[in-house]
Amino acid sequence: MHIPDGFLNVATAAGTYVISAGGVGYGLRRLAGKLGEKQIPTVGVMAAFIFAAQMLNFPVAGGTSGHLVGGALAAILLGPWTGLLVMTCVLLVQAIVFQDGGITALGANVLNMGIISVFLGYYVYRIVCGLLKGKGLAEPVGGFVAGWVSIVAAAVACAIELALSGTSPVGVALPAMAGVHALIGIGEGLITALVLGFVKATRPDLLALEKI
Amino acid sequence: MEKKWWLWGIIIAFALVLLSPLASPWPDGLERVAEDFGFIERAKEPLFEIIPDYVFPGVGNEALATILAGIVGVAITLALSYGLASLLKQRA
Repeated sequence: MHIPDGFLNVATAAGTYVISAGGVGYGLRRLAGKLGEKQIPTVGVMAAFIFAAQMLNFPVAGGTSGHLVGGALAAILLGPWTGLLVMTCVLLVQAIVFQDGGITALGANVLNMGIISVFLGYYVYRIVCGLLKGKGLAEPVGGFVAGWVSIVAAAVACAIELALSGTSPVGVALPAMAGVHALIGIGEGLITALVLGFVKATRPDLLALEKI
Repeated sequence: MEKKWWLWGIIIAFALVLLSPLASPWPDGLERVAEDFGFIERAKEPLFEIIPDYVFPGVGNEALATILAGIVGVAITLALSYGLASLLKQRA
């Protein structure tokens, strides 16, 4: 759901830039002097993995495709501020090098797929795992729900930005974006749960990293 | 072993890129909505292009051009994120 140039009006593009720059700037200050020797390579690997996985569009119903966003996954493994760092790097490279997501829409894309997906994914995972505490399925179920919620929430935010820009009325864009991303979010949830399971099986210590 | 795991992570990322020619060419969720509700033509050409649409310019074979674009993207993303994270390193 990378917004291209032209979909947002100046006020919405500028407003989302201010919010995202503030969020990322605050996050970097929170992280300064905090990343340990295991976290630094994990940030690199997560960003590289998410970039690659985002290229792999999978088909959903009706001639539409979707791909992993990865905000929930990054935040579950590394914490929300570190997850936001990962997502910002991915979105920055996509916008500047690959013209995937407009330069003028980068603030909105970081807000939707960075800040919103990362924080919702992180806290939904913690809440679901808390509710299922002690049950074996807590982590995969938590990962699935967190992934799904993170995508649908990002799509709703995207629809609101389109409506604020006068591109598509909210009564049209919101149900359409939420509807199609409710399907795409199933893929996001499954991949999030699978990768968490894979990390738990191969490197359980990474799940226990301090979440910042 | 300590160093090896993240080498494996990087290998997995590059291996995923090899699958990219198999990715679905269908429009994504936002493109679908933009087409269905008639605002797709509002999309503007980017101000500049480097590797647009994940196709490495000047390579005839499209699958190869996509894989090359992906390799470049993974490498840049890895370098940028690792570099930034290193600047935030724990102080001893």
